[in-house]
Amino acid sequence: MMKKLIVFAFATLLASFAQAQTAPDVLVKQVTEEVLEIVRKDRDIQNGNAKKAIELVDAKVIPHFNFQHMTALAVGKDWRKASPQQQQQLTSEFKTLLVRTYSNALTGYKNQKVVYKPFRMNPGDTEVVVRTEVQQPGNQPVQLDYSLEKLDSGWKVYDVSVAGISLVTNYRDQFGQEVRNSGIDGLIKAIATKNKSLEGNPAKADGK
Amino acid sequence: MTGETMMRKRRAGLTGLIAGALMLSGPAFAQQPVNDPFEGFNRAMFAVNEGLDTVAVKPIAQAYDFVTPLPVRAGVGDFFGNILDVRNVLNNTLQGKLSDAGIDLGRLLINSTIGIFGLFDVASELGLQRHDEDFGQTLAVWGWENSSFMFWPLVGPRTVRDTGGLIVDIYTDPTWYTLNKSVATRNSLAALRFVDVRASLLPSDKVVDEAALDKYAYVRDAYLQRRRNQIFDGSPPRLEDVLD
Repeated sequence: MMKKLIVFAFATLLASFAQAQTAPDVLVKQVTEEVLEIVRKDRDIQNGNAKKAIELVDAKVIPHFNFQHMTALAVGKDWRKASPQQQQQLTSEFKTLLVRTYSNALTGYKNQKVVYKPFRMNPGDTEVVVRTEVQQPGNQPVQLDYSLEKLDSGWKVYDVSVAGISLVTNYRDQFGQEVRNSGIDGLIKAIATKNKSLEGNPAKADGK
Repeated sequence: MTGETMMRKRRAGLTGLIAGALMLSGPAFAQQPVNDPFEGFNRAMFAVNEGLDTVAVKPIAQAYDFVTPLPVRAGVGDFFGNILDVRNVLNNTLQGKLSDAGIDLGRLLINSTIGIFGLFDVASELGLQRHDEDFGQTLAVWGWENSSFMFWPLVGPRTVRDTGGLIVDIYTDPTWYTLNKSVATRNSLAALRFVDVRASLLPSDKVVDEAALDKYAYVRDAYLQRRRNQIFDGSPPRLEDVLD
């Protein structure tokens, strides 16, 4: 029993070590290709099955994101005014909202190709940007950049920008407005209400 | 900040100085509150536009998207992209980015000939990437970095600077001159381009609808971020990080 436990502990240690070793550009590429491979084969997701897309994102993408940092970035200066408990609630609600938005982007997949831009980093870097580009026939390529930071558990994404638009900081003004009008709790409530309304009508079929 | 040094090296002379100054003032630029003094007017126009989009523009774009096979869509996109390269050559030159202007000129020549009037983007296949520039960006590089936000029906989000830029872009568009004798053809092309652009935005509609707490603010801030990214050629200085 003891022996089994030690082997297990050792294996877990090795696994986390291996994960920490994965370079950020390799990580982005691995996860992207893995997810696209699944989407290419999954008719349900291609036909707009949001629930399935969310499950996929939850399983494959979420473990590589640092949502606390993302939420802090989105909230901006008001983040420091929030209590630890409020920070936790904000993070949880914002995560739900972002996951949903992302998953939706996956259901719009139509033969796009992701190209990975040349990547350089210095050995001591703890924050990097991995640049990719989404190519689609007849459309301008779309720049898709991931900001990653090095944590003990490996490299984690804390910002994603599409065509230079950060999906995180793009909320700053809206969140700031909410906080000015009705405080941190008001903001938590506003995001929660938004999440609930999206749950209510999962298939707005007109948008594609 | 390798991106910054790289960009500094690439630019020469006065433009380099201006661009450098712009980059140094980056963080201050990022902390400024949203420049939207006409918010009341803009929100009203936004509502008008949403109405027009719902009843007319979007249904047309959806129909176009539905009936047009992908190769045709690609051809239409490449054709208008090729015309845009005229603007890119002009504005890269005005911004002092001469090597980019040269590459875009090469693209234009290749795509207009081998690419059969731009219907095929052969240049991209050959690895010649487009350097997207317009007159609004040129004005920003020349020093007009911060401009008030505007929202126009049908045109969509712009700044005051980019509204002026758009007018110059229209007058420097070759279709304006070459087809001036055939107004019907010119207008049909303009309409096709408009519908094609709207159709290319269809997939993002649902994302914006679902992601935004306040759709107007979401669209405005996204537009301002995207322009900032374009002005800095894809590597804008980072916004300050509250956790640092």
